[in-house]
Amino acid sequence: MSALQAQARHEVTSTLRNSEQLLLTLVIPVMLLVFFSIVDVLPTGTKNSVDFLAPGILGLAVMSTAMVSLGIGTGFERTYKVLKRLGATPLGRGRLIAAKIVSVIVVELIQFAVLIPVAYALGWRPSAPNWLAALGAMVVGTMAFAGIGLSLAGRLRGEINLAAQNGLYLVLLLLGGMVIPFAKLPGPISAVAKALPSGALADVLREALTHAGTRPGTSWIILAAWATVAPLAATRLFRWE
Amino acid sequence: MVASVVVEDLVVRYGDLLAVDHVSFTAEAGQVTTVLGPNGAGKTSTIEVCEGYRCGASGSVRVLGLDPSRQQAELSKRMGVMLQEGGVSPSARVGDVARLYCDLYDKGAVAGELLEMVGLTDRARSNYRRLSGGEKQRLSLVLALAAKPDVAFLDEPTSGVDITGRQMIRTIVHELAANGCAVVLATHELDEAEKVADRVVIFDHGKVVADGALDDLRRGHDEIRFSSSSDLDTAALSAAIGLGVRTIGGGEFAADGDASHVAPLTAWLAANGHPIADLRAGRQRLEDVFLRLTGQTENGRPT
Repeated sequence: MSALQAQARHEVTSTLRNSEQLLLTLVIPVMLLVFFSIVDVLPTGTKNSVDFLAPGILGLAVMSTAMVSLGIGTGFERTYKVLKRLGATPLGRGRLIAAKIVSVIVVELIQFAVLIPVAYALGWRPSAPNWLAALGAMVVGTMAFAGIGLSLAGRLRGEINLAAQNGLYLVLLLLGGMVIPFAKLPGPISAVAKALPSGALADVLREALTHAGTRPGTSWIILAAWATVAPLAATRLFRWE
Repeated sequence: MVASVVVEDLVVRYGDLLAVDHVSFTAEAGQVTTVLGPNGAGKTSTIEVCEGYRCGASGSVRVLGLDPSRQQAELSKRMGVMLQEGGVSPSARVGDVARLYCDLYDKGAVAGELLEMVGLTDRARSNYRRLSGGEKQRLSLVLALAAKPDVAFLDEPTSGVDITGRQMIRTIVHELAANGCAVVLATHELDEAEKVADRVVIFDHGKVVADGALDDLRRGHDEIRFSSSSDLDTAALSAAIGLGVRTIGGGEFAADGDASHVAPLTAWLAANGHPIADLRAGRQRLEDVFLRLTGQTENGRPT
């Protein structure tokens, strides 16, 4: 087994064995999807809430894995000198990062394999979905959120990083057009929210899967900008020790 | 043959602080070289330069003929490392981490065998956070052995380890050296250095104050030590036996002489009605060598 395979396998098993990570990446997205699809209290503006929620929750799944799960895990690895110890092995930074990317993608695929059937069971029927565009959105969104998560993880100390990632997750969830439409947010907040990667990802997913995006072109540009700037920021900000 | 580790005139600074001050020493394959010194003497800084974690301000370091800061990728294939603390996620499983490290090397060791060797086989499914201090150190040693290393840097490997664990770690360290590895072991514990070292490099305030085989460091400093009444008249005793007797404190005395002085000494004490206990003659213990070189008394006060 190569060093990259060994590290990637270790990353995936560690994530899937960690109950807090599972809560974040699987239980919360499934619960939000099920609860708000059945209890019609959100101002989704669609006849069935699930039509609005399903693409948003898929975006949330990407955010929870690529930003929060990766960011918290990597932050604690810095604190506990796991990264330092790995630095004295032949793995190298390049393959360590590659292993983390593989791990994030594997977890995202598992999330999709759970969330999409659940959405169907709740009555979601996307019309002529463009899965290729959705996959592209997932990749670009992963780059954006991983960049944000690692920027925080690379500088903040363990517990502070944990709080910051969870706080940011909640803010992006509420403001980001994932479960609440931009149109329902107050004007100034809406303006800020529209520039966030969470809303952009939800919007392009909504367009790809149900042709219900509000401004897919703009959203793609915003998402791509985050996917460029955030990883660059991470490479600048990250401290290995 | 060139030594496995060659440190020449190394200087490490942290801002204004001079942590390592023109240090030179070597470590040979097949030997345990102990870097001994108080906390803050520059041991870890020196070792971290050897491992490739940091660069010195000046001087040169070669490990297995490689420059650790520029050729760390090459060096890391043949190097075992035990950090002073940490290195493993609290939630990681012992067996998983051991297997991962063995798989990171092209010709790595077999995880099950290493865990067996350090007695952690039945802890393989435990999380790292559930291990005792000694078990954590033993796992850390396993990670250092995963490379089947030609050079190993072990930073305080027995700190927080109980007696049985220490014995186990010492045996493994000896075997590692016996198989041809150059082992560099940093410790602030004199007992540990005495038990494990073939060669000792003593650090104090960022400098090397002594460097040599353990026996050589102790040789040439024959000493007699004994306990007696605290009101012993050392001047009269010194005159009587022709040897300077000094007070160490707490009713303990010392004189720089060999076993031939023991008979006159005990005769004088008996004739003058003084008791004698804990008589020892011969080479100084490493502790005495260390205290002499670092200019401290046994009470920790400078002489």
